[in-house]
Amino acid sequence: MPGSEWFKNRPRLLEGVYAGSKAALQLLYPLLKRVLPAGFTERVFVWSEEVSKGYLFNCQMCGQCILHSTGMTCPMNCPKNLRNGPCGGVRQNGHCEVIPEMPCVWVQAWRRDAQMGRYGGEIQLLQPPVNRALQNSSAWLNLLEGIDAQQPTGWSAIDLE
Amino acid sequence: MADPHHTSSAGEWESHGGESRLRQVLEAGHFAVTAELNAPDSADPKDVYANLTELGDVCDGINATDGSGANCHMSSVACCALMARAGYEPVLQMGCRDRNRIAIQGDLLGAAALGVRNVLCLTGDDVSAGDQPEARRVFDFDALHLLRTAQIMRDQGVLLSGRKLTTPPEFFLGAAANPFVPPQDLRHLRLAKKIEAGAQFIQTQYCYDVPVFEAFMRRARDMGLHEKVYLLVGVGPLRSERAAEFMRSRVPGVHIPDAVVDRLAKTPRKGKREEGIRICVEIIEAVKQIEGVHGVHIMAYRQEEAVPEIVERAGILREKPKG
Repeated sequence: MPGSEWFKNRPRLLEGVYAGSKAALQLLYPLLKRVLPAGFTERVFVWSEEVSKGYLFNCQMCGQCILHSTGMTCPMNCPKNLRNGPCGGVRQNGHCEVIPEMPCVWVQAWRRDAQMGRYGGEIQLLQPPVNRALQNSSAWLNLLEGIDAQQPTGWSAIDLE
Repeated sequence: MADPHHTSSAGEWESHGGESRLRQVLEAGHFAVTAELNAPDSADPKDVYANLTELGDVCDGINATDGSGANCHMSSVACCALMARAGYEPVLQMGCRDRNRIAIQGDLLGAAALGVRNVLCLTGDDVSAGDQPEARRVFDFDALHLLRTAQIMRDQGVLLSGRKLTTPPEFFLGAAANPFVPPQDLRHLRLAKKIEAGAQFIQTQYCYDVPVFEAFMRRARDMGLHEKVYLLVGVGPLRSERAAEFMRSRVPGVHIPDAVVDRLAKTPRKGKREEGIRICVEIIEAVKQIEGVHGVHIMAYRQEEAVPEIVERAGILREKPKG
């Protein structure tokens, strides 16, 4: 079993897995929803995300995953929770201002985004504020239900112009 | 120009009016000068005004820091309100470290009501940089969320929730840029995103490395960013090689090349202050020649008295219309 760094440095592989999982889940979800009790589905999803994404990405369970738009690197590992790129405090060795022994999440994210195919370049998208109410819920279910795409009314207003 | 911020009757503020004077200066094509006010550890307004006389005469805008370096000082909203009341042109620095989105929007409205027209939207230094590292860090928003939210309040006349504002704030919106830290080859992309989120002017981190800054500006120009935003380069005098060492090792995001530190180290003790000012003036003269640079932002921490001299020696002093 390779360590998670091995996977993290293969963003093309990870984006493929993401795209495949998304397609499969979108296909299967209507059926799952019909046969399984909602509470049970939620628990299974939360548990499997904690295990799989926890291992692969050090997932913080924000419930609104944007990994494919951030070089398959979890932005919630940034101590400042930045969703739109690195702060101005990055050290000259490329490490984090807050945790000196940790490489800056966003330096890694930008490098990996440049290696990606399908979703490469999405790192330039302006990400909306985090919905803190979704903390510890399943990002996959929020995606399938369209919950993670909901934005504050004011935020969406400007995009309609 | 009449001062639009005077009090009319017993403690009642005039309704805010007028637009950003900093913006007017930049739009007129002048080379703008802003400076940083050292927010006092005091409850006395006199301590805010103490350094202002010198800065006010040579600056088009004065920044009030928001708990810089994660150390507590008088709040930036209060410093800006006091400056506006006295006829200065304040630039409100607002970071995301200490307030959630509810407090941010409330402070933006309050600041606008008190006469603040310029807002510099920042992420903010982490709590661990300051003298109360045990504090909770907030970071509900990042700097781009803050920028876009201020833009929404101004242009759409609503809060983020969609609730309508009776009178929207008039803001000239700014953001920071730090071309001097990794990933240096991609920093222009962050600038582009900030412009997309609503930034109209930029004040950069301290520039002590002109070649790195030039490379950044070249990439920014290739994207046409220099035509979309007013960019003010951060500069500041170093008092000694010890001050330089302290800044580059302790202040997050400050990069000072060895050559600059060595130059100060080689200067005899009595001449160090002068040498620091000379380096600062040289940097201003160099960045002024770079296409897309619209001004400088002078951060002379505890050396405010040096600012007028720097401005004059760098040849960027301009007759100001008396406000």
